[in-house]
Amino acid sequence: MRGEKAGPETALEITELSHAFGARTALDSVSLSVPAGAFTALLGLNGAGKTTLFSLVTRLHRSRSGSIRVLGHDLRRAPGAALAALGVVFQARTLDPELSLRQNLIYHATLHGIGFAAARRRAEGLLEQAGLGARGNDKARTLSGGQMRRLEIARALLHRPRLLLLDEPTVGLDLAARQSLLSEVRRLVAEEGVGVLWATHLIEEVGPGDRVVVLHRGRVLARDTREGLVAGQGAADLAAAFRRLVGLSETAEAPP
Amino acid sequence: MSGSGPEGGVAGYAVCLAGVVWREGLRFLHQRGRFLSALVRPLLWLFLFALGLRAFVGEAEAPPYPGPVPYELYILPGLAAMIQLFAGLQSSLSMVYDREIGAMRILLVSPYPRWFLLLSKLVAGIAVSLLQVYAFLAIAWLAGIRAPGLGYLALLPAALLTGLMLGALGLLLSSLFRQLENFATVMNFVIFPAFFASSALYPLERVRESSGLLYALCLANPFTHAVELLRHALHLGLDAGALAVVAGTAALFLALALWSYDPGRGVARG
Repeated sequence: MRGEKAGPETALEITELSHAFGARTALDSVSLSVPAGAFTALLGLNGAGKTTLFSLVTRLHRSRSGSIRVLGHDLRRAPGAALAALGVVFQARTLDPELSLRQNLIYHATLHGIGFAAARRRAEGLLEQAGLGARGNDKARTLSGGQMRRLEIARALLHRPRLLLLDEPTVGLDLAARQSLLSEVRRLVAEEGVGVLWATHLIEEVGPGDRVVVLHRGRVLARDTREGLVAGQGAADLAAAFRRLVGLSETAEAPP
Repeated sequence: MSGSGPEGGVAGYAVCLAGVVWREGLRFLHQRGRFLSALVRPLLWLFLFALGLRAFVGEAEAPPYPGPVPYELYILPGLAAMIQLFAGLQSSLSMVYDREIGAMRILLVSPYPRWFLLLSKLVAGIAVSLLQVYAFLAIAWLAGIRAPGLGYLALLPAALLTGLMLGALGLLLSSLFRQLENFATVMNFVIFPAFFASSALYPLERVRESSGLLYALCLANPFTHAVELLRHALHLGLDAGALAVVAGTAALFLALALWSYDPGRGVARG
């Protein structure tokens, strides 16, 4: 995939996207972009609308207004091309616990039109890369939480997407597993030029130079680099800037 | 792969279909209990019910049989259809299970069109049901309950079509039902009425003699026509009326299932 960077620079472009479940507005005119080769954090408390946003971008729900473009492909007009260019790790686990690691990967590859022989080759490489090379024949349910996440990321990369979406991928993981996951994804950004949208409510997962989109109650409150955000709010650090943005007092309960 | 679609072009569709069937096959192999119960159920009917009842009903006479046939031969196609009825509902359960473990999302974020993905699931379910039908017929054959040899070949296209009808019914039910607990309801209100108010267990002419109402119900029941299509095919005949009803019902169920399938439901919430 390296050397194929001639494509459009914007991995994901969301424009004025709104969505409601019945009377409840989940997303209100959300606009954001994720450049290729950059790490973008989607920062928001639980219930901010992060998962709804993911459901719309992966077309599990149809958006009613606004537009979503993946690598320039409009999700409504060219859903096949858009979905082919993105990989996703959902917040909830989505592995088939009764299939082996390898079978989980091969199944996913076929869903993207990759034949069995090629799928097997790619699966071996990605298992190796995820540190699961020796576990290919084990059933997915035998993995630890962190290993499952690594396998899900490997699976999301099988069809070599240029955009990787991760919805709170570190939920339920211990510190070591969290850090190893984060550094693996940062490596993909740096070395393979993948554009990443990483949804989280954990401020410490945002690193120096990362782009940050703050989502609160379905609305985008800020879009900037981490440093720009902190400076713009005149805050001491990102946590303070975030609290100021979402209108919580300095002493009120802040996101951990 | 920032190209203009999934890899593999048109051949990719075939790969995708093969992948869905492959996974369904793996699941089926892993669940030996499922295979056994799918096989034991009709065998119980055949060897306990049919052989017991034979003393009362003796031989059955109905088209397409040239003359009176032993009762256990008569109910063979009905039991094959019952296997497919259960298989259709089983694959509907497996769709619900897929939603619960999240695998449905992985299917639906595939770049192929949603109707094609659902159709692939349907084909996978039909393939599994055919496997069960032929395993059942093989055991019956070994026990001496035999149809004409070529009938087993002629049965294949008929069973594909009835499998499609019953699989589409399952798909439709899975879009209506959200949880696995509803299976008991489905048993009571779908499987039992469909099976008993049909020609699976008794020739329709006999039914007409005893109850006009039941006869009318049997005729209105698409499952009756599925059974008759299989029965005629197994004896190298073609029941054109049954073919029309089964094809029409299959198309209707399929259209309703594709139309009512809401991918967001039970998959993603705010």
